[in-house]
Amino acid sequence: MRRLTRARLIAGAWTLALLGAAGCGGGSPDDDGRVTLEFLSLAWQAESVAANEALVEQWNAANPDVQVRYVQGSWDNIHDHLLTSFEGGEAPDVIHNDASDLTDFANGGFLADLSPLLPDALLADVPEAAWSTTTYEGGIYGVPFLQEPRVLVANTTLLERAGVRLPTPEEPWSWPEFEAAGAALTEDADGDGDTDTYGVAWSMREPVTQTVNLSLSTGGEVFTRRDGKNEVRYDPADSAVAELIHRQVHEDGTAARGSLGMTGSDTLPGFFAGRYAMLPLNFSFRQQVAQQAPDGFDWTVLPMPSGGPRHGLAQGVAPQTLSVAEDSDHQRAAADFIAFLAQPEHQVALAQGDWMLPTSQQALADPALDTEEYGWRTGTRIASELRPSPVLGVRGYPEWKDKIATPALQEYYSGAIGLDTLRDKLTDDGNRILDRYQR
Amino acid sequence: MSRTDPAPPVTGPPATRPPARRRLARGAGRAGQYLALLCYLVFLGFPLLWLLSTSLKSPQELGSIDPSWIPRDPSLANFRAAFDAQPLLRSALNSLVVATSAAVIAVAIAVPAAYVMVRHRSRISRAGTVWILVSQMFPFVLVIIPLFLVLRNLHLINQLPGLVIVYVVWNLPFALWMLRGYVRAVPISLEEAAAVDGASRLRTLTSVVLPLLTPGLVATLMFSFVTAWNEFFFALVLLKSPEKQTMSVILTHFIGAEGVADLGPLAAAALLATLPSLLFFALLQRRLVSGMLAGAVKG
Repeated sequence: MRRLTRARLIAGAWTLALLGAAGCGGGSPDDDGRVTLEFLSLAWQAESVAANEALVEQWNAANPDVQVRYVQGSWDNIHDHLLTSFEGGEAPDVIHNDASDLTDFANGGFLADLSPLLPDALLADVPEAAWSTTTYEGGIYGVPFLQEPRVLVANTTLLERAGVRLPTPEEPWSWPEFEAAGAALTEDADGDGDTDTYGVAWSMREPVTQTVNLSLSTGGEVFTRRDGKNEVRYDPADSAVAELIHRQVHEDGTAARGSLGMTGSDTLPGFFAGRYAMLPLNFSFRQQVAQQAPDGFDWTVLPMPSGGPRHGLAQGVAPQTLSVAEDSDHQRAAADFIAFLAQPEHQVALAQGDWMLPTSQQALADPALDTEEYGWRTGTRIASELRPSPVLGVRGYPEWKDKIATPALQEYYSGAIGLDTLRDKLTDDGNRILDRYQR
Repeated sequence: MSRTDPAPPVTGPPATRPPARRRLARGAGRAGQYLALLCYLVFLGFPLLWLLSTSLKSPQELGSIDPSWIPRDPSLANFRAAFDAQPLLRSALNSLVVATSAAVIAVAIAVPAAYVMVRHRSRISRAGTVWILVSQMFPFVLVIIPLFLVLRNLHLINQLPGLVIVYVVWNLPFALWMLRGYVRAVPISLEEAAAVDGASRLRTLTSVVLPLLTPGLVATLMFSFVTAWNEFFFALVLLKSPEKQTMSVILTHFIGAEGVADLGPLAAAALLATLPSLLFFALLQRRLVSGMLAGAVKG
């Protein structure tokens, strides 16, 4: 019995100790008159986190009465995380997210209208096209500060060996030239009937965003606004790039079929091994390429093909944004901190940390980004051609994307369905979904 | 007969050796069993071994089209990078506190509840059983916002005890379900015999029933611990301060938008995250086995 009592005592003490340890610590309220802002950042790469933390430290040193507390969030589940925080009245003051997530939150009244709070210098420095990605019904619900286009990461050695012209932002490839280059780069080196090098590898595990955004280059936009309502349209201008990809995979054999189910990261080993000559990737993927490329591997960054004089290098982007929660007690201070982060020199630091492009015109002109190294110059030169992604501001887009567009496009790219069936699915089924959100 | 009694003399005919063919078949059967077990262990251990291999590779090797089991130039750089980038030790301690507390409390509540449900069958206990099953069907997203509001009113948002309460509530139905089976396996005749010997109800429970439940307690403890250790969504939503975050949340900080990941440090951190669970299993599995054996010789 004595043994039993001792065991009970130990178990009880252990439980109390654990709960005590669990309860210790904890945040303190602002009881000294000092404002403390919570900044939820989604920066994740070491350089990017360091750049954010350095700026927070700089702000805190200069603003003793408005201290910022850096909280690292995660892209995983950010929507659910924020939705719960908003509903529970516990949202962070300053929120890092991307523009595609702002529509629903702005409509739900969770985000503050920043238009009266932002300095004129910032409003003038960021182009109108970028502001339009975060503006709904006259209010600005986020400051777009980083953006990333799609670019072609290419194996320079293979390009030179195939004798194809290297495109520049000033003289890009047209889409037909890109197809021809893909064919020139496709090679059966040992003559065994199997392709050893494909011209391009389209990573299409998440096919919707790039299909919609690249459609701008051929005059498409997929989403149109008619009588104040959003509608899905999939005309030849909208589908031209998708048809080209389908043709490269299934008719010409110049694009690797196996890459259709891959993410961008998955295609890198094949790229380094010379199996794929070109990869259409987001601009920030350059960091992985730089980090993982074998010694002596020669690569370059090229602009995506042009849609001709009318459409040029247009493509859609959804910038990363900084917003203020409507429930924040310190909206003015939060907006001031955002304006500080969005200053040109700070945008340069953040852009370098994330390997993305700043939205600020002055930042884009910064000499630090005007370098050939890692393709920075290519990126800054195509920045003026970037357009708001057509998906921004479309209520019901996430459901359309998950339930209709993703499976339909995957089937189309894999060859399971044809263009007409794809068009029917995207528009007929898709518009039924959008209608529900617009009644 | 006690176990110390001398063995009775052998009076039957001497045992004959089985024919060679049968011995061969038996040996082959045994070898097949070991082979199947080995395959199963390899299957189970594959993710862990691959994680170990990945954590020791350089970024260049991770980008190779021919992945190899053995890193060409193994280094601990990914571990250093993981520790530099994120507060792994602090988050591991938070996870340990939360998971251990949640497991101990859930089991402490589930044991008497399971006993009552099995031994005192009534409409209420049957309704309780149905409720256990129904409660397992609620998706996280359905309960998270009401839960968030309740915890906020209790000032338990961003507090580890708040997360412990959530995990206890979340684990309790399954813990109860598991323990019901173990309680049912304890012969009621043992409790009746103890009562005949004059033991009180409490003495019967602590001295007779609980020792026989040891394997069940250990298994339920393990289950509750691992569930709480690995849980991500509640921890993500309920803990805001960086110093309170648990290991599962910190691991996602190595993953960027569109699934891009810092693979080497992620593998290193994930490997470290599995160690406490493995240690917990290693420590408790002896109790699991000894408990089973103790039950086997009773009576």
